[in-house]
Amino acid sequence: MDWTWFHRLASPPHIYRVAGTLTPWFAWPAGLLIVSALYAGLFLAPPDYQQGEGFRMIYVHAPSAWLSVMIYGVMATAAAVGLIWRMKVAHAAAASCAAIGASFTFVSLVTGMLWGKPMWGTYWVWDPRLTAQLVLLILYLGYMALRSGIDDLGRADRASAVLAIIGVVNLPIIRYSVEWWNSIHQAPSVMKMERPSMPFDMLAPLLMMLLGFTLLFAAVMLVRMRAEVLRRERGASWVKEVVS
Amino acid sequence: MTPRRRRIALVVGILAGVSLAALLAARAFQDNVMFFFDPSQVAAGSAPLDKRFRLGGMVRPGTVARTAGSLEMQFVVTDFQRDVPVRYSGVVPDLFRENQGVVAHGKLGSDGIFVADEILAKHDENYMPPEVARAIKEKHGGVMPVNPDIRNGPRT
Repeated sequence: MDWTWFHRLASPPHIYRVAGTLTPWFAWPAGLLIVSALYAGLFLAPPDYQQGEGFRMIYVHAPSAWLSVMIYGVMATAAAVGLIWRMKVAHAAAASCAAIGASFTFVSLVTGMLWGKPMWGTYWVWDPRLTAQLVLLILYLGYMALRSGIDDLGRADRASAVLAIIGVVNLPIIRYSVEWWNSIHQAPSVMKMERPSMPFDMLAPLLMMLLGFTLLFAAVMLVRMRAEVLRRERGASWVKEVVS
Repeated sequence: MTPRRRRIALVVGILAGVSLAALLAARAFQDNVMFFFDPSQVAAGSAPLDKRFRLGGMVRPGTVARTAGSLEMQFVVTDFQRDVPVRYSGVVPDLFRENQGVVAHGKLGSDGIFVADEILAKHDENYMPPEVARAIKEKHGGVMPVNPDIRNGPRT
């Protein structure tokens, strides 16, 4: 197999250029998908037989929660690649994931609380699923704090990569918390091997939103990664050419 | 071992070590991680009877009795194996319904009645429009078939 494309990704000016070219290809479809998914979810999808209109929170809550876990996986993978192959661009990629993942985690927690109050009767309980998701937020924040607390870039990269990899253990805990233990949180409706537990006209906006959020993540990550690469390479001659 | 292999071993080692630690912790805290106990667990004595705990299950249909003129109510929580009667005074959440999941926080009295001071509703993972629910109900003679698996646990 020809690995040239992979090795070229390690070159900061190359990745800077590629990221810049790709960004609009993710950003525009993301915007279109999110707007249409919101419309479909809030107006076209039928109300739920138990929850009425309140169930529509799922269209923001569930995709945010899925993304929060997925982004952590991407971040930890990039961090491991950076650690193993000493690839600085991979560390830059991991670093640019953290704030986005933390935002999605925060959104999932807040939307869940707003939904929980009318449906469960409480904003928050120390339930395994809820607690594991809060731990995810703390992992993201810890990762960011650790990076900003170490001045030496190489050391910050390695230390934060180890933290990111340790945190991976939380991902299966989040996913299976509702199956391993008694939980107030319902079991997965969509992210399971069996058929989704909702009809197509409720499911379609949900999947559109998932795709939209994923593309949004890609677009924002590429923008952040360009900034991160510029910051790291600020002394290099190619940066002077780009900036001037 | 080349330096790169050593670093791969480091990553694999971290993952293995942390997973093992998490597994041991989960086993040790199994009971504390449980958000609620179901009536069978209460009958088997695995719930703490001397202090407050959460009781979870389904609201058995036809058992919800309200006292007129007050917020007093009684109902039976079931897991379709065992029943526990619950007494509660207060407002219940919107999703508190017969045949729906419920989590009651309180203490089991010596008379076998669980006195709750907090009632939370537990939703299941099924979503459907009202018309579909009506159609299913009609097909089953006017009653919604319940998923007897009140824990979320593995489908058996």
